[in-house]
Amino acid sequence: MLTKRIIPCLDIKDGRTVKGTNFINLRDAGDPVELGAIYARQGADELVFLDITATVDERKTLIDLVRRVAHVVNIPFTVGGGISSKADVSALLNAGADKVSINSSAVRNPGLVDELAQEFGSQCIVVAIDTRFMDDEHIVHTHGGRKPTALRTIPWAKEIENRGAGEILLTSMDTDGTKAGFAIELTAQISGSANIPVIASGGAGSMEHFVDVFTSGKADAGLAASIFHFKEIEIPALKGYLRNKGIEVRLTD
Amino acid sequence: MKTVIIKYNAGNVQSVMYALERIGASYLLTDDEAEIRSADKVIFPGVGEASTAMAYLRQRGLDKVIPSLKQPVLGTCVGMQLLCRYSEEGDTTCMGVFDVDVRRFPAQPGFKVPHTGWNSLNNLKGPLTGGLPENPYVYFVHSYCADISPETTAVCEYVRSFSAMLQKDNFYAAQFHAEISGNIGQRILENFLKL
Repeated sequence: MLTKRIIPCLDIKDGRTVKGTNFINLRDAGDPVELGAIYARQGADELVFLDITATVDERKTLIDLVRRVAHVVNIPFTVGGGISSKADVSALLNAGADKVSINSSAVRNPGLVDELAQEFGSQCIVVAIDTRFMDDEHIVHTHGGRKPTALRTIPWAKEIENRGAGEILLTSMDTDGTKAGFAIELTAQISGSANIPVIASGGAGSMEHFVDVFTSGKADAGLAASIFHFKEIEIPALKGYLRNKGIEVRLTD
Repeated sequence: MKTVIIKYNAGNVQSVMYALERIGASYLLTDDEAEIRSADKVIFPGVGEASTAMAYLRQRGLDKVIPSLKQPVLGTCVGMQLLCRYSEEGDTTCMGVFDVDVRRFPAQPGFKVPHTGWNSLNNLKGPLTGGLPENPYVYFVHSYCADISPETTAVCEYVRSFSAMLQKDNFYAAQFHAEISGNIGQRILENFLKL
C-alpha cells in the first residue's frame, strides 16, 4: 500500500539549519548535510530544504549545499526558497535536487507553474502555500507568511494543480510554531478535493497530531522541523506509533 | 567496468548519476552508439512524456540500438515504459522488448494520480531483488503503468496490480526510482552492476 510520508524540513540560512517560532527568532540546529543524512538513516521518507534568506549572493552557497546533500542522501529531497525562473530550477536539479518548491514567485506569476511543469515535468514541481485565516477566510501569504495576498487559499490550491503542480506543500501560519496540531480542516478540504499529494505543515507537536493529519486531515505527507531537530519526536518512534494506529508507513531496518 | 547512461531528452538524469557516485560506480552519459554498444552495463533512465521521448529516440536511431543490445540493460520509470510494446500516453508505439502494454491508472476515488510516494513490492523474482526483504518499499512517481505479465519480476498494488519490475533475457526494468529509493534502491542498483 502507498504509505503516508514523514518529511523533516530543514530551514537554511547561510548554509546552516535554523528554525524559529512563527518564522522569527531563529535558532541554529546544525549542519544541513549532516542532519539530512541522519534523517535519511532514521527513515525519513523525504527531505525539504528551504532557503529562507535566498538572495542572489547566497545562491552559490545553496547550489553547493544541494550538491553535498545529493552526495550522501539516497531519498528524494526538495529545495525551495527564492526560486523564480527556469534557470533557477535547472541549476538546482542539475546540482542533484529531485524537486523544487516555489511559493512567492508562483503568486506573482502563476504562469510560472505551467512553464516549469512543462519544462521539467510536474513530478519535480512542488508549490508551497503559506496560508493564514483572516476576516473569515483562508488567505494566501508570501514573504515567509508576513504578507497577505489577494488570493483565497482553496481556489488557489485548485489553480496550481490545474497549472501542473506535482504536489502542494500547505503551511498554516495559524498553527506553525504552536505545537498544537496541524490545520486539520483546511488540509482535509484541500487534500480531499485535490488529485495531487498534499504535504501538511505547521503545528506538529505530538505523534497524535500526525495521526490526525493523516486520518481526519487526509494529508499524504506530514512535514515538521523543530520537533525533529530538537529530538522531541524521533522518526523511528513516530513511524512505529503510526503503524500501531493502522496507518501505513515505510519502516526501515 | 564501463557503465553507460543513455543520454536523451527525457528528464533529469542527475539523480541517477549521483546514485552511481554514492555507490562508487563510474559512468559515462552518452547517446553515441559505439560507446553504448561497448559498455558492460547500460542504464536507460527517463522522466517525461512517452511519445516525445520515443520520437527523440527514433530520430537518433536509438530505438533500433537499444533493443539490439546484448549486455545487461536497466530501464527505469519512463525508460521501462519505452521498453514495453505500447503506451497509452500519447498513443505511443514503444520498443517492444517486453511483451506488455502501459496504461493510465484508472480513475478511482481515494487514489490520486500520479501515484506518488513509497509503496511496497511483492512477488519478487530474479537477480536484481536478491538480498531484499520480502516487501521492500520503493519510491514511485508515475501516472501510467505496465500490465502484469510472465515477464513481471515485482508486483505493486495501486488502484490495480501492475508490474513494478520486468525482466526478459538481458533486459531489466523498474517503474520506481531506484536512485532515490533509500538502501533498497541502492541494493537494486548494486545488484544490477554486479550482473
